[in-house]
Amino acid sequence: MSTVAEQSPTRRGNKENKAPISDRTRAERRLGWMLAGPAFLVMLLVTMYPIVQALWDSMFNYRLTAPGDRSFVFLQNYMTVLSDGVFWSALAVTLLITVVTVAIELVLGFALALVMNSVIKTFRGVVRTAILVPYGIITVVSAFAWFYAFDINTGYVNNWFGWLPGIGSDFNWFGQQWSALFVIMASEIWKTTPFISLLLLAGLAQVPGELNEAAKVDGAGWWQRMYKVTLPSMKAAIMVAVVFRALDAFRIFDNVFIMTNGQYGTETLSLLAYRTSITRLEIGLGSAVSVILFLCVLLIAFTAIKVFKVDLAGGKG
Amino acid sequence: MTAKPHRRALRAVAVAAVGAFVMAGCASDDGGPAQLTWYINPDAGGQAELAQQCSEASGGEYNIQTSLLPRDAASQREQLARRLAAGDSTMDIMSLDPPFIPELAEPGFLAMPPSDLVDETTGDTLEGAAAGAQWNDEYVTIPFWANTQLLFYRKSVAEAAGLDMSQPVTWQEIMDAAESQDKYLGVQGIQGESMTVWVNGLVESAGGSIIEGDAASVDTLEVNLDSDAGRKAAEIVGGIGEKGLGGPGISSQDENAAMGQFQGDKGSFMVNWPFIYSATAASVEEGSVDQSVLDDIGWTTWPRVDEDTESAPPLGGINLGVGADSEHQEEAWDAIKCIVSPENQAQYMVTNGNPASSAAAYEDADVQEAFPMYGTIRDSLDISAPRPQTPYYSEVSSGIQQNWTPIYEVNEDTPAASDEFIMSVLKGESLL
Repeated sequence: MSTVAEQSPTRRGNKENKAPISDRTRAERRLGWMLAGPAFLVMLLVTMYPIVQALWDSMFNYRLTAPGDRSFVFLQNYMTVLSDGVFWSALAVTLLITVVTVAIELVLGFALALVMNSVIKTFRGVVRTAILVPYGIITVVSAFAWFYAFDINTGYVNNWFGWLPGIGSDFNWFGQQWSALFVIMASEIWKTTPFISLLLLAGLAQVPGELNEAAKVDGAGWWQRMYKVTLPSMKAAIMVAVVFRALDAFRIFDNVFIMTNGQYGTETLSLLAYRTSITRLEIGLGSAVSVILFLCVLLIAFTAIKVFKVDLAGGKG
Repeated sequence: MTAKPHRRALRAVAVAAVGAFVMAGCASDDGGPAQLTWYINPDAGGQAELAQQCSEASGGEYNIQTSLLPRDAASQREQLARRLAAGDSTMDIMSLDPPFIPELAEPGFLAMPPSDLVDETTGDTLEGAAAGAQWNDEYVTIPFWANTQLLFYRKSVAEAAGLDMSQPVTWQEIMDAAESQDKYLGVQGIQGESMTVWVNGLVESAGGSIIEGDAASVDTLEVNLDSDAGRKAAEIVGGIGEKGLGGPGISSQDENAAMGQFQGDKGSFMVNWPFIYSATAASVEEGSVDQSVLDDIGWTTWPRVDEDTESAPPLGGINLGVGADSEHQEEAWDAIKCIVSPENQAQYMVTNGNPASSAAAYEDADVQEAFPMYGTIRDSLDISAPRPQTPYYSEVSSGIQQNWTPIYEVNEDTPAASDEFIMSVLKGESLL
C-alpha cells in the first residue's frame, strides 16, 4: 500500500515538469499512429456503422418484405416497445438471470479460485484444466447438452433425481417458467463460472503474502484473514469479474434460444431483438429493441465504472 | 530498377489468378451452360440427385448447383427473404414452404412463371398442393412435393375402444377412445409451427378460416378465430389439454416427440406427417422398435370436427420459385420443368419419403410399394387446406402459437384473445 502512496506524487511531479518532446519521441509517436491508425479506423467503422444504422432504422416503420411501405415514425417504435408488457417481461427475465447467475458464479468462482491457488504444485495443471473445461465448450453445444439432459423425452435427469419431491418421470422441465429458467441459469453458471474463477485467481495471486502472514502472526483466523486481508486486496479483480460477467449475462441468447426459444415466459431482451428483427423482419421495431438493449448495457458499464469506480484498464477498484 | 526475380514470379501468379477468376465468371456468357443455384431445404439427398440428373438431361443448357438452407422452415424463410430483399442475383431456383410464399410474392421478390410452363406442370396437381403454390389466385411457384397429415392409430387400441376405423372418425371419438383406454393422443403442443398447423386444420375442418378479407394488407385483413369454427377448435385443443390426453410432455411435444410417444405403450391415435411410417420402419430395422408396433399401425384421413363435414387436413410440402433478380430465369424455369416431372416426383417420393404433388406419380409401382398408405395420402392432399395465405403469415402464426400454448390453458376465451392480440401486433401496436 505504501508503495502506491509514494508513487502517486512522483507521477504527478513528472506531469508538472514536463520535458519538451524530442524529435525522436515525436517521430515514434507518428509511427505509432501510422501503424495503429488504419486498424483503429477500421475498428471504429465496423463498430460505429451498425450502431448508427440501427439508430437510423429504429425511427422508421420498416418491414424487410414491404420495402415500399417504409415510413418515418420518429420515436413511435420506442413508445411501442416501452409501453408493451412483452418488453418489460423480457427485461425482468434478463435481469433475474443476470443477478442470480452472477451472484452464484461469484461465490462458486471464488471457491474454485481458492482451490486452484492452494492446490499443491504437482496437481495444479490438472486441476486448472479440469475446472476450465466447461468454459472451453461452445455455448450452443453446452446448451444442447443441458437441453437433452433435462428434456422429458431424452433426458436422464428425471430418472436420477426422481427421489426429490416434485420430480418424476412425468416432470417437464421446459413446460413452465420457473423450471425452464432454472435449467437455463444452471447451464449458464456451469459454463461461465470458470471464467470468473480465472479472473479471481489472477486477483488472488496479487494478494501480498506478507500481509496474510502478518495477520496470521497477529492471531487472525482463516475467516478473519479472508475478510480483513484477502477480499479487500482483491476488490479490483472482483469488480472487474462482476462487470464483465454482468455485461455478458445481460446479453444471454444461446441457452434460451436452444432450450425454450423464449416460450413460457423465458424470453430475454436479446431474443426479443432477434425475433423482432430477424424472424419478423420488422427492421424498424427490432432496431428500437436493439438500441434499448445497447443502452441498458451501456448503463451497466457506466454505473460500474463511475459509481463503483472500476478501472477496467488498470484493474484497480 | 528491375524487379527482383521472385517479385516477377509473384506478379505473374497474381495476373494468372485474376485472369482465371475473370474467365470463370464469364464462362456462362461465352456459350457454356448457365450456372444455376438451387436453394434447397435439407433432405436425404434427393434434390441434389435431381439437380444432377436434370443438368445432364439439359444437353449443356444449364448446370444446377445446390445450396443448403437451414433445417427448419422459419429459418429457411429468414434467409430467403433477406437474400431476395437484398437483390441477390443467385436466387435462381428456391425450394419454398407454402405458407411463406405470399410474403415473398407480394413485394415482387418472385418471378412469375410463364403460363405455358404452368399449364404443362400443374395439369394433374392435387387440389391442396395447387392452392399452396398460388397467391391472389395465380401460380407464383410450381408445385414440387406436397405433404399432408394423416391420422395414424394403433389397431389394438381402436379395436379395444370399439371404433370402426373404416369410417371417418371425429376428434371427440378419438379423445373418448384414448381416455377410456388410458392412453395418450399424439398431438403437437409445443409453441412452434406445428401448433398453427393443428389449429388451422381444426378451423378449416370446422368450415372456418383463420383469415378473412383482403389478406394482402394489414388494413383490410381480419383475423377470424373468434368464430364458431375457432371456438370449436379451442374446445378440442383445450379439452385435450385439460384432461392431460396429450401426455406429460405435451408443452414441448413436436412431431418427432409425438412419434416416440405413439410408438410406446401409451400410444393410441396420432395426427402426423407420413414420414413417421418410414421412420418407424427404419427403427424396426435398427432394432429399437419392435416389429409388432409397425404391424399394429393403421392410418386414415385426418379426424373430423363435425361428424357430417369432411375434414380439411393440414398441407405442407415444397414448391419451386425463381427470384425476380435471377440472371438466368429462362434456364431456371426449364430446370424446374424437368425437376417436377411426375417421374422425378415419384423417384423423390420413394427415395426421400416426401409425397408427390402430381396425381400421376401415385400410379408408380415403386411408390405404391414403398407407401402402403399412398391412396390415403393422395385423397388427403385433394381435400387438404393451406395455412392462412397472407404476407403477414409469420405474425399470424406466432400469435397463434403464443395464445394457444400451453394447451391446458386454452379455453373459450382464447379465440377472441388471439384475434385481438394478432391484430394489435399487425398494426404495430404490440410486440410479439
